[in-house]
Amino acid sequence: MIRKLTLTAFAALGLSAGAALASGGTAHIEDYAFSFEGPFGAYDQNQLQRGLKIFTEVCSACHGLKYVPLRTLGDETGPGLPEDQVRAYAANIEVFDKSLDDYRPATPADKFPANTGVGAPDLSLMAKGRAGFHGPIGLGINQIVKGMGGPEYIASLLAGYHEAPDCAPEGFSGYYNTVFTAGGYPEECKDEHGAHTVPGSWIGMAPPLMGEDVEFDDGHSNELHHEAQDVAAFLMWAAEPKMMQRKTAGLTGVIFLSVLAVLLYLTNKRIWAPVKYGRKDD
Amino acid sequence: MSGIPHDHYEPKSGFTKAINSRLPIIGLLYDTLMIPTPKNLNWMWIWGIILTFCLALQIITGVVLVMHYTPHVDMAFASIEHIMRDVNGGHFIRYLHMNGASLFFTAVYLHIFRGLFYGSYKAPREITWIVGMLIYLLMMGTAFMGYVLPWGQMSFHGTAVITGLFGAIPFIGESIQTWLLGASAVGQPALNRFFSLHYLLPFLIAGLVVVHIWAFHHTGNNNPSGVDVRRTSKAEAEKDTLPFWPYFVIKDLFALAVVLAVFFAVVGFMPNYLGHPDNYLEANPLATPSHIVPEWYFLPFYAILRAFDSEVWVVQFASWISFGIIDAKFFGVLAMFGAIAVMALAPWLDTSSVRSGRYRPAFKWWFRLLCIDFMVLMWAGAMPAEGIYPYISLLGATYWFAYFLVVLPLLGIFEKPETPVATIEDDFKAHYGDKAGTPAE
Repeated sequence: MIRKLTLTAFAALGLSAGAALASGGTAHIEDYAFSFEGPFGAYDQNQLQRGLKIFTEVCSACHGLKYVPLRTLGDETGPGLPEDQVRAYAANIEVFDKSLDDYRPATPADKFPANTGVGAPDLSLMAKGRAGFHGPIGLGINQIVKGMGGPEYIASLLAGYHEAPDCAPEGFSGYYNTVFTAGGYPEECKDEHGAHTVPGSWIGMAPPLMGEDVEFDDGHSNELHHEAQDVAAFLMWAAEPKMMQRKTAGLTGVIFLSVLAVLLYLTNKRIWAPVKYGRKDD
Repeated sequence: MSGIPHDHYEPKSGFTKAINSRLPIIGLLYDTLMIPTPKNLNWMWIWGIILTFCLALQIITGVVLVMHYTPHVDMAFASIEHIMRDVNGGHFIRYLHMNGASLFFTAVYLHIFRGLFYGSYKAPREITWIVGMLIYLLMMGTAFMGYVLPWGQMSFHGTAVITGLFGAIPFIGESIQTWLLGASAVGQPALNRFFSLHYLLPFLIAGLVVVHIWAFHHTGNNNPSGVDVRRTSKAEAEKDTLPFWPYFVIKDLFALAVVLAVFFAVVGFMPNYLGHPDNYLEANPLATPSHIVPEWYFLPFYAILRAFDSEVWVVQFASWISFGIIDAKFFGVLAMFGAIAVMALAPWLDTSSVRSGRYRPAFKWWFRLLCIDFMVLMWAGAMPAEGIYPYISLLGATYWFAYFLVVLPLLGIFEKPETPVATIEDDFKAHYGDKAGTPAE
């Protein structure tokens, strides 16, 4: 979006070596343009439905969404599935029912299941639990301009798998990802000061998306970076299902208070006029 | 109640006479609302109302949140998600409460620095100042304990770090830490008691706010000129003052509406900007976040805490004369609390005979430097404690202490202040022209 600011940010990051070291090296987070950005941005229902499909067919093999109620798939401000589809989607999921002491098909009143893969984190809040943008120099201006960058981080990470660099030893544990900075990193890829020579690190998760992983009924592109953005948008909705209501309430508040402020300003001016200027100010 | 002569309440109807003769509450409300207020107050005098509003906002939203929150280590995080997803309007109430803390601290810092510039702490308002500092301390305690309740990663590990500070006290530190946490580590007992205190302390703050207002209603407000209201007669006092209602109520409400419009924009459009993403991950004692930072409003004092490592000569000196009892960690803790203590002692450290910074040419520059110092410390507190940042923190911390302990006492002796205006009326007229006067009744 704002290429110049990004460049400045990274230049600044490069200068503050301390900050860069603390985060385990730098990684480039692509500033994808999501429909829900900005004060008036809204979720794209088609995109959320595509993201749901990718989550269901790929991510849910290991990851859970344990805080997200299945009924919210029908939310107007969310994926907006018709009621029968929500029920059908739920029925495909098995949940453990304590009162039956057995598994049963889920209903819309249930939540998505928790994770099944060992070490695969729950994704309910992942889009809010990560910040893609920082700085420059710790001032947090990029997060005002570009947003916190949670979904951008997720999309960049999913599209961030690359061939391991030459410096890495054969069979180093994990998969090389240029965006993930919290993973393992081989000693061989550090210079004599211990600084990283290649971006990112080695992540435990095998590349979940290769492109063309799912087929969309409407023939929408299933290229890797499109899939990555769709599922990132879906996870943003999963983390912040009330985003539309929040923006509407915020905007209503701003408009109401601005009008009130104008009225109070005029009232204040009129009350003070005789005191300040010895006359009525009409 | 006020020391400034003014009209007192006279009940007129039979009903108000009957009430007021039994409980003079109408008179109390009348006198409070009609308090003579210096007419030259500028826009920096609005923060008191905004702070009162913040306290009410936090208590009201907080009471609603408690109806849906579960203070249990296994359920707290999920109950917050329940509020965010299932409770009607819960997401907005929670964001109001979360960002309300930031508005509260923004306002309190502006309020405190206004007092520091215009000498509001000086005689006879020392008690107002001290009570204000107590409110500020309680606010910090309340905000800290509130941040623990969502039981996210930063809640948990931040608590471990901050309660660990008490462990730095020599000999009895560990016992105190265990006593505070109710266990040897952060867990269920800590969450329960923090929840209890987070609900209790705001009401203590409310009580202290009443004392704060009572105190300055007795002495009268300070004002930008720092000159006292003339009190020899009601007629003279009325040349310097206007009743709080409607002049200042409407002015303050206008300011409140503007501030709240900005606040609603933050809550509506970027509610997580001032928070930390790590707190959207449930607390996990086994996974420590790489970079633990407190909320922004603690950062200046967090920077002071971290500024004093064992390399600094004052720390080594303190360690040497105390036979090693005061180590770097304990010194940092002392410095952090000391930074607030020296601010509380400002009434006795400032030796200048002139109250308002407006008439103190040298003071103005030292004060501006203090404001910049505060911002720099806030920034340094957010940076990792490595490279150049500890030096910047140390420089900032040194100036903070120097301002209160050296600059304020010496300026009063060496500075040649300008002559303040003779009366508040003169100050007002200098601004608005000679026609300015009291309104025709």
